[in-house]
Amino acid sequence: MRELSLNILDITENSVSAGASLIEIDVIEDTSLKTLSVSIRDNGRGMSEEMVENVRDPFCTTRTTRKVGMGIPLFKMAAEMTGGHLELSSRVGVGTVIAAHFKTDSIDFTPLGDIDATILTLITMHEEIDFVYRFKIDENEFVLKTSELKAILGEVSFNDIDVRMWLKDYISEQTQIIRGGVT
Amino acid sequence: MKTLEELLAIKAKAQANITTRESADGSAEVTRIVVGMATCGIAAGARPVLNGFVEEVSKRNLKNVTVSQTGCIGMCQYEPIVEVFAPGKEKVTYIKMTPDKIARVVADHIVNGNPVTEYTVASLKE
Repeated sequence: MRELSLNILDITENSVSAGASLIEIDVIEDTSLKTLSVSIRDNGRGMSEEMVENVRDPFCTTRTTRKVGMGIPLFKMAAEMTGGHLELSSRVGVGTVIAAHFKTDSIDFTPLGDIDATILTLITMHEEIDFVYRFKIDENEFVLKTSELKAILGEVSFNDIDVRMWLKDYISEQTQIIRGGVT
Repeated sequence: MKTLEELLAIKAKAQANITTRESADGSAEVTRIVVGMATCGIAAGARPVLNGFVEEVSKRNLKNVTVSQTGCIGMCQYEPIVEVFAPGKEKVTYIKMTPDKIARVVADHIVNGNPVTEYTVASLKE
């Protein structure tokens, strides 16, 4: 993957497939420690202990079109290449948490990339799911809760063109503020 | 700065549109645009393709067209793959899609019913 934000999109799709009604995505960067942590927590159906053991293996997959699944192995590799690691815990009927820790000063660190596009894609394609997205750089934090937006919008969809453009601009403005750019 | 007050105003405008849209739709059949969004698709660049189709369809205010996503379509080397299911027509599979091909696919195929054959999987046979 060329951007970590693509791994995040890919891994979060697993939470969607697991039937989650709430997905929390945290992206937390510490510029003095030079670390980036990404965690994705869902309340989906969860995995058995056996599946948790095997899921880092590319030859483990639930898909039926072929016998490989690259999502978690690629995310794990992206973290380990930087000297970081991947954690995974899951309980059947409770949900799954996957967290990847990166060292941002490593030459092999993959840039975060267009995280705004990943978040917009997730929340507009899966409107039935509540997302909590937290993007934090040092002490600056942006939290997006789709339940709050839905409370304002009522039956109006995130895919209404004006709503979608508002969301896109809102997320990108907030990201810029967090990054210390123009306000 | 975007504010939540603005969102409230957008909502009021959108609600007016919903009523007109519902009455206009009737029982016409729906054309479905489906983008492959498994690991293979995402790695190959499906995210801007998916968002591009959603935006092009809503900019043109096309009725009876939906854009959705699916898992692995099974030809990972040709991702990003987009399938179009038009009522009464055979499925058309576009391969190696990029955002710059979207406007033409929507105009020629979705609106006017002529698949852009040079972008489809059928073009591989030549």
